[in-house]
Formats: sequence, structure tokens, C-alpha cells
Amino acid sequence: MTSVVSARNLSLTFQTNDGPVHALKDVDLDIERGDFVSFIGPSGCGKTTFLRAIAALEHPTGGTMTVNGMTPDEARRARAYGYVFQAAGLYPWRTIAGNIRLPLEIMGYERADMEARVENVLELVDLGGFGKKFPWQLSGGMQQRASIARALAFDADILLMDEPFGALDEIVRDRLNEELLSLWDRTGKTIGFVTHSIPEAVYLSTRIVVMSPRPGRITDVIESPLPKERPLDIRDSAEFIEVAHRVREGLRAGHGDEL
Amino acid sequence: MTRFLPVLTVLLAILALWVLAVAPMNIWQALDLAEREGVAVTPDDARTRSETSAFVLMTRNPGEIGRGYSLDRPRLPTPVQVGRELWKTTGAMAMKGRAFSKRSLIFHGWVTLQSTLFGFALGTLVGILGAVAIVYSRTIEMSVMPWAIISQTVPIVALAPMIIVLSSQIGIEGRALPKAIISAYLCFFPVLVGMVKGLRSPSREQLDLLRTYNTPRLAEFLKLRLPASVPYLFTSLKVGIAAALVGTIVGELPTGAISGLGARILIGDQFGTPLAIWSALFAAAILAGVLVTLLGWLQGVTLKRMGVRP
Repeated sequence: MTSVVSARNLSLTFQTNDGPVHALKDVDLDIERGDFVSFIGPSGCGKTTFLRAIAALEHPTGGTMTVNGMTPDEARRARAYGYVFQAAGLYPWRTIAGNIRLPLEIMGYERADMEARVENVLELVDLGGFGKKFPWQLSGGMQQRASIARALAFDADILLMDEPFGALDEIVRDRLNEELLSLWDRTGKTIGFVTHSIPEAVYLSTRIVVMSPRPGRITDVIESPLPKERPLDIRDSAEFIEVAHRVREGLRAGHGDEL
Repeated sequence: MTRFLPVLTVLLAILALWVLAVAPMNIWQALDLAEREGVAVTPDDARTRSETSAFVLMTRNPGEIGRGYSLDRPRLPTPVQVGRELWKTTGAMAMKGRAFSKRSLIFHGWVTLQSTLFGFALGTLVGILGAVAIVYSRTIEMSVMPWAIISQTVPIVALAPMIIVLSSQIGIEGRALPKAIISAYLCFFPVLVGMVKGLRSPSREQLDLLRTYNTPRLAEFLKLRLPASVPYLFTSLKVGIAAALVGTIVGELPTGAISGLGARILIGDQFGTPLAIWSALFAAAILAGVLVTLLGWLQGVTLKRMGVRP
């Protein structure tokens, strides 16, 4: 297996008016091809910062990191990943299809190819037939699906998601979690997923990275024993509850260090 | 109807206030006229009257108040008098085929409109280009922005004659260009401020998203910043075109111009014909209203085509 993302002794310090903030300190992590890795931890534990560092939206102040064997910035220029933010951030002046076409236009895809790709990813996120609608005509969950489609439209094999369902209600969230799993299965992408929710992390991931704050660091990495086929009711199984328990322990331990 | 009711109410209130104000404003002239016609008025000499307050005069001569509403050269004309004068210098002349005679407000309004549109185009161009430069260059922001603000604190009335003199010094024929420059001077600022705000309106996440696509700066500008600024632009344009009209009129006032609404206002003042001043003022107000309404309509159409929620 080849590491898609590899971090060694990674540190990232923000200089603020109140002195330096250690967002990440000595983080070591490898993400393998095809992994679904969740990052979970309280606010300020550096999970979003780590994801942004992979995307070269933040620049580490120490240690090394490679993405697809390149520096994160080279990987960004090679358009190695799609990024999904917490807010769908669709352009209100573009239709749903127009929004999904945005990265394709910027990357200079052929016109016919663009249309085919837009149709394809709209089907993939279950939004077939909504291409001509404007964002305000769609619910929050549908908008977020469109933003996932936008990140899938071009051929990046990494998908980075920063609390994509954080602003949605639980029913919509469950549904999107299920859809995300089947999407991951069909596309074979490597996914990095930041979340606040223990059930969400356990349900989705092959590996769960538990982090703790001040300084931001990894306290536990859990390999999930759950099978790849995961119906929603797997959350009532003993294995699921055990993994969730271990995540909770990891989070508590992180806090214990601080006290 | 629900949209017009509040506006109509305010309009009626203003008209009522105006009509009421005519009596005290014109009472001295009314009593002078009555005295000349042999009617007994108190006090009976003009000197004493000029030192007496309007309300005292009105209570002592209630019968003569009505004369104030039909004077030839009233200090404050009634709405009907202004309306009649406005019609006489526009519609009536147009029907006689003299719309573009030098006595017609259509002619003067046209002169003012040309300079206004020219100045508006110039000011909008300068405002937009300035905003782009400011958004993309910290140095330009630090060096240009304070001067843009200071420029608006200089009274345009003081600056206007200098611009006229300067432009004739360097050999520019006619007044069209200097007037447009004066009007652009007033109009670029709201456009500049609005566009800076609009071009900066995309959120951090939206800009980060474009970074993840490794987006060239030009595409970032054309696909995100520019469309995001359109609602801000239209709001600024509406302020800007009104400012451009004011700029043009000011440019016509103290500069010895003989055509344009500003010139009509000045001439009305010099020849003691308040009616001419008032009708020119109203012509300017109507012109401004029409221009702002047109822009509002254009805004509605554009935003609708951009898919904004109706």
C-alpha cells in the first residue's frame, strides 16, 4: 500500500496577538489509498488545521508532509483533491449545474466532457434533474450534496471534508452519511473527514484519529473492525458500541492530560 | 398600491406644508400689492411692515392673505404656479415645436443630462478601476484610499470654477468636458466604496475553495469577485447618478454657463424670477427621479437574470 498522505513530526504554530498558538505539535500520520479517515476531537484540537495543511491552505511551521508523494502545495497545483467545506458555499448566481461546472471551467475541461461529468455527479449524489435549479430553491441538505458533487466532478482521488454535515439536522445527516459511504464505495476515493460527532466518525471510517487540544496532537488512532457493508442499524451492534466507547475514552484521556 | 400609499402620503404632507408656507412667505409682497391698489392695511407703511413678523401681519390683515397665492413674482410660488411654469417651459413649447429653443427646459435639461451621463460614465469607470486596484494592491489601498476620502471633503463649489478655468487654459473647447469632470468627481466615490465592498464580499471559504482548484487570479476575479459585487455596484450606481447630476448642476452654477438647468437656476436668481428657479429645480428633481428609477429597473432585471431569489 502506498501512503496518500504522510505526516512526520508535523507542527503548525499560529502567531497571534496573545502569543503563539500551537495548533499542531509533532503529529505523525499516514493515510493509505482508499482509506476513510475521520478526525475527531474538541474545538482547537487542530483537526481542521490538519485537513487544511493537507490541502496547502495552511503551511506547517515544522516537520514534513507529503500528499501523493509531493509537497502539499505541489499537490494542490496538481489538483490532487476535492475539498468540501461546512458551508455549501454555492454561488447564488449560478444554477446547480453551473456550480458543479465551476471547477471544470477553471481547469479547462472540454465543453462536452463538462456536461457529461455534471450529469454523472448529479446522479451520484442523487440530484438528477435538479441541475437547472438555483441554490436557494434547494434545502440545506441538497445544497451540501451539490457541493460534494462539485468536489467529485474532476478527477481528484482524494476527498477532504471539513464538517460537511455539521450544520444539518440529524435525520438529513443520517441519510447523507449512508449516501457518502456508498459513494466512497463506488468511487474508491481516499477520504479525510473532520467531525464533532462520535457516531458519525465510527459509522463512516476505516480509521478514526482522535485528537486533543493545547497543543493540538493525536491521542489515539483506531482501526475500525466494522465490515465495509454498513447498514444504518450497525450502530446498535456490540462492535460499534465498543469502538464508540474507545473513541470516547480517547477524547477523555486527551482532556485528562490537560487537567 | 401598498407600495405607493406611503410615498403618496409623504408627498401629500409635503404639498400641504408647502401650500401652508406660501401665506407667511408672501405676506409682505401681498400687503405691498394691496396697499398699491388702495386697500387699507395695518401697519400702513412698508418700512414698519418689513420689521413686523409674518404671523402678526397675517392676524392683522386676514383678508389679504389670499393675494399671496397669486403673485407674479412670489417669494415662494404655489405648487400650481410651479406646475404651470414647468408645463409652459416644457410640454407647451414642445407642442409648438420649440422643444429645443433656448427658453425651453427640455433643451436645458438635455444639456444637463448629456454632461451627467458623460460624467457618470467617467466616474463609474474611475470608481470601478480604482476599486479593483485597491482590492488587489495593499500599497494602492494605503496610498489612494485616504486621498479618495479627502477629495470628497473639498467643497465642489470651490473646485468647479478652477476646473473650468484650468480646462480652458489647456485649450479644451466648450464646457461639456469640464462639467463632466466635475460631475465624475462627485460620482466616482460611492462607486469606488461600493465596489471595494462588493469585490471583498466573497467569504474566506469561497476564496479558499478557488485556491483548492489552483485558480488563476483572473478567473477568481471574473468568476467570483465580479459577480459577487454586482448587487453592491447597482446600489452605488443609484447614489452615483444622483451625485453626477448634482455635480453637473454645480458645474453650471458658478461658472457663467448659459445653458443647462444649473444656468437656469442662476439666471432665475439674477433676474429675480423665483418661478424660473423653482421650475428648474423641479426639472432637475424629476430628471434625477427618472434616472434612479431606470437604474432600479435595470438592477431588478439584472439580478433576476442572475438567479437571485425574487
